[in-house]
Order: sequence, then structure tokens, then C-alpha cells
Amino acid sequence: MTTAVSIELDGVGKRYGDHEVLHAVTLAVGRAECVALLGHNGAGKTTLMKLLLGLTRPSAGRIRVNGADPTHLRGRGLGAGIGFLPENVMFNTAMTGHEVLRFYARLKRVAVATLPALLAEVGLGEAARRRVATYSKGMRQRLGLAQALLGQPHLLLLDEPTTGLDPVLRETFYRRVRRHQEEGGCALIASHALTEIEARSDRVAILRQGRLVAFGTLTELRERAGLPVRIRVLTGAGEAAAVAARVGGGLRLEHINNQTFDLACASEAKLDVVTHLAGLRPAVRDVEIHAPGLDQVYAHYSAAEGPQ
Amino acid sequence: MRALAILAGNEIRDGLRNRWVAAIVLLLAALALALALLGSAPSGSVRATPMSITVASLASLTVYLLPLIALMLAFDALVGELERGTLLLLLTYPVARWQVVVGKFIGHSLILLVSLLVGYGGAGLVLQFTGGADAASWDAYLVLMASSWLLGSVFIALGYLVSVLVRERATAAGMAVALWLLFVVLYDLGLLGLLLADSEQQLGTGLVAGLLLANPTDIYRIINLTGTEAVSLLAGMAEAGRSAGFSPALLIALLAAWVVVPLTLTVLRFQRKEL
Repeated sequence: MTTAVSIELDGVGKRYGDHEVLHAVTLAVGRAECVALLGHNGAGKTTLMKLLLGLTRPSAGRIRVNGADPTHLRGRGLGAGIGFLPENVMFNTAMTGHEVLRFYARLKRVAVATLPALLAEVGLGEAARRRVATYSKGMRQRLGLAQALLGQPHLLLLDEPTTGLDPVLRETFYRRVRRHQEEGGCALIASHALTEIEARSDRVAILRQGRLVAFGTLTELRERAGLPVRIRVLTGAGEAAAVAARVGGGLRLEHINNQTFDLACASEAKLDVVTHLAGLRPAVRDVEIHAPGLDQVYAHYSAAEGPQ
Repeated sequence: MRALAILAGNEIRDGLRNRWVAAIVLLLAALALALALLGSAPSGSVRATPMSITVASLASLTVYLLPLIALMLAFDALVGELERGTLLLLLTYPVARWQVVVGKFIGHSLILLVSLLVGYGGAGLVLQFTGGADAASWDAYLVLMASSWLLGSVFIALGYLVSVLVRERATAAGMAVALWLLFVVLYDLGLLGLLLADSEQQLGTGLVAGLLLANPTDIYRIINLTGTEAVSLLAGMAEAGRSAGFSPALLIALLAAWVVVPLTLTVLRFQRKEL
């Protein structure tokens, strides 16, 4: 079934006994979209993925994945529509990489002839004949990715996919996810690696203690949080303090040293501030504007006291 | 069917790779050959072929060894994969949970079957070529092999039940050993104690028979140690066999039930399990 929406959660809750792991989570993820799922350990990220996979049943609410209810697929598996890479993926270490992938491919009715190309794509072409026991963490992770890509699933659920990968492999990994998106696929990536996911995701979902506290593009979340923009001002050597004293205007001075100082101002005020600073030339030599990154946005939403 | 075949094949491949199959074949072959060649010497005046003597001694040993082997194969089938994290991934594939259990069972059970065919079958052929077998004793020997396979399968199913009920591999191992002790050693000791205490013979033969049939290893003993005249004479169970009068079909059906019931319980529990 083809729908415009890949994932749809409506008021989804999950409790184990007295412990509420997820509470009233509502979100929709569209086709060709990459969503970063963020949250502290225990915030409910993995539980959310298990719910999407039909491995566990929601205590409340409604879930749709590719238009179908995953809980109805419970006990029958999910078919070819989803590729899943679990956190710290593990395989039977007595088997070779090719054997492991062949096992999963046959279960998904994927032609075994396509496997060498897939293994080569994740950089395991040579190592595929070796036992998984000899693999490094990064190689297992790549075998996990190959497994998730079997049969070109529409939806990729990736739980901490880049742990153990070096920077080059991470780049290769995200390029592959990008290609998946370009082919119309959707990806949900749970991650702690904020700086690397920042540029690669279309939208960000932040879970705090089982509640969805933020969901939107980085720009939207940044504006909603009202996080200040940081303006770094460059002056001549030894003049920073003197110039800073002339800026005034109720701006918060965040950091000062010999020839630079940082100002924090509201996002909508930054043009005024820059104009003001431009009037202070030549004492002010240059300015750099730093919008708050995902790490600051995340810190804001994951720490703020919300309704309990 | 396709998924079952893939899952069973995976277990067999794993068994071959981990040398499990090789170890079991060697053990069974060594045991059967030792009993066949050494144990058949003192056949003396008893009207029994070396092979029927071997059936009696081999059955007595199998009843201890095979349940242990089967439990070792089976106890971590589910909890081990759960602990290693491979089960979670498997269940996101288009396989039903019952297929995971049954597929593994077919694989493990086939491992035992092949090991028995090679190990015990090989020893049987050695007896054949050394002239220690006739048609009747071959019947008993084949019954021994078939019922051994069933007995092993019973304990594979029981091992799975343990594996699905606990959350840790170590607990499963402990429970498997406890099951073995219970069914193979303690149960019969208890039964013996009961019979000794019952010097007045107030317990009906029906109750005693029922208690015997409630333990798969006792069913196996009845099948193999009272099955044929020659063997039951040797095993000293001729009287027990005759008086009990269980039909072979009933005994086989009961052993099969001991496979089906734990396996069904495992599937039911596994389908409800939150991962």
C-alpha cells in the first residue's frame, strides 16, 4: 500500500506495569523524509521503534506504518516494507558475513544473487567470506546496515546506526541514507550523535521521559525555543573589553578575551545588533553570527520542565 | 513451509559449524560401539544375540545421556538469542513466532536424528558384520533408534519451554539440569521409594502404571526394555512388561505427546512475550 505518510502515531502510550515508558506520542512522518529521534537514555526511543516494528503492543493510541497496523502483524513479521537496524546489532558469530546476509535475504525473499553487490556497497566485499566473529564493531554495524537495506524497504528504522563507525564510514553511511530518501524512502534515526545528525535530518523529534516534547525542523524548534543567537565580535588586540563597554543596549555579554567577545541576542534582534556593531567600525573589525545548533536545541527541550 | 525450512537449515548449519553435530555423533558412536563390542562378550547360555544385549545396555545408557544432550542443544535456543540480541532482529522479518520455535525444533531434532543414524546405526552395522545380529534383534535395535530420537525430541521441546520461560541464559541452564535430574534420576527414585513403602501393595497396578507413563524416560524404558522377549529377559523387566501390557502404539503416542505439549506451550508463551 502506498500512502503519503510512512509513520503515523496517534496518542500512543506504552506502560510496563507501573512504569510509563511512552505517553501520548503523536507524530507523522512522510515519504522521503529523514527524522532524527533524540532523547536521553531511557527516554523511550527504542520502545518507540519496537512499537513501530510490532514487537510490542501499545497500551494506548493508534499506530500506522506504511498504512498498516504493526500490532496486527505481531507474530507474523512485518514483510518487506521495513528495514531495521537495532542498537548494537548482533549476529551468529560462527557464520560468515555472506552466510548471515543470505539467511536474512532468504527470509525476506530477496534474491541471493544481489548480495555481493550489497555487501560491496557497505564495504564488506572482501570480508564477506570471513566469520562474523573476526569482525570489528564497525564491520558488524555495516553488516547490520546491509541487512536493513535488503529488499529496498520503504522505511528504515535505525537505532544508533553510526556507533563504532569512523568519520569516513559515517559519511558513507549517511550518503546511503540520503540515496534511500531520494528513491522515495523514509528513515527514522535514533541517535545521540547530535552534530552529525543535524545536517542530515529533515525534522527532529525529541523525547523526554516518554513524552514527545518537540517535533519539527531545526529552524522551527530553534525559533519556538527562543534560543538566543550568539554574535562573536572581533576587535583589535587588547581592545575587546573597551569595545564591549561601548556596545551596551542591554545585550548579554557571554564571553570575553583579548580581542573577541560574544553577545547573546534574540534571533529577531540580530540585524539591529549587527547594524549597531557596524556603526562601531573600525573598533569592531568583524562579526560572526552563530545560530544555536541542534545540541543547544536538544539541551533546551530535553532539560526544560514540561507538564508532567 | 519455506520459513520453517530456512530456520531449520540455519540451526543445522550452526550445529555443523559449532562442531555440535560432530561431537554428538562421536559420543553416540563411541558409546554404541563400546557396548556392542565389549558388552556382547558374555552372552553365554542366554538365548540372546549380541545385538539384543546391546539394545538393553544401550537403552539403559541412552536414557541418561540423550536427554542431557538434547537439553544442552535446546536450553538457550530462545533465551540465548534473546540475550545476544539476534532474536529481536529475526522477529522483525516476515516470520511468525511459531515458525521460529518450530523451525528451530525441526533443525535440532534433525541433528539428533542424523547423529543417532550415524552413531547407533554405524554400531548396528558393525554388529551385523561381526555376526551378532538377526532379524528380530534388528527390529529391537531400530525401535531403540526411533524411540531414542523421540526421547531426544521430548527433551528438546522441554528445553525450549525452559528457554521461553526465563529471562537469563544462566537460569535456563540451571533449570535444564534440574529437569534432567527430575526426569532421569529423582522421579524413579521417588517411584521406587513409593513402591518400597507400599509393602502392603495398596497402590493399584493402574496407579503405578500411570506414574510410569507420566515420565517420558520411563516410557522410553518400557518401550526398549520390555519390547521384545529377548531384551526384556535380559533387562529383568519381562514380568513388568507383561503385566503392564502397554501397547507399543500407546507408548509411542505418549512420547509424541511429550513432544507436542511442551512445544505448544512454548509457542503460546513465546507469542505473548514482550520483547
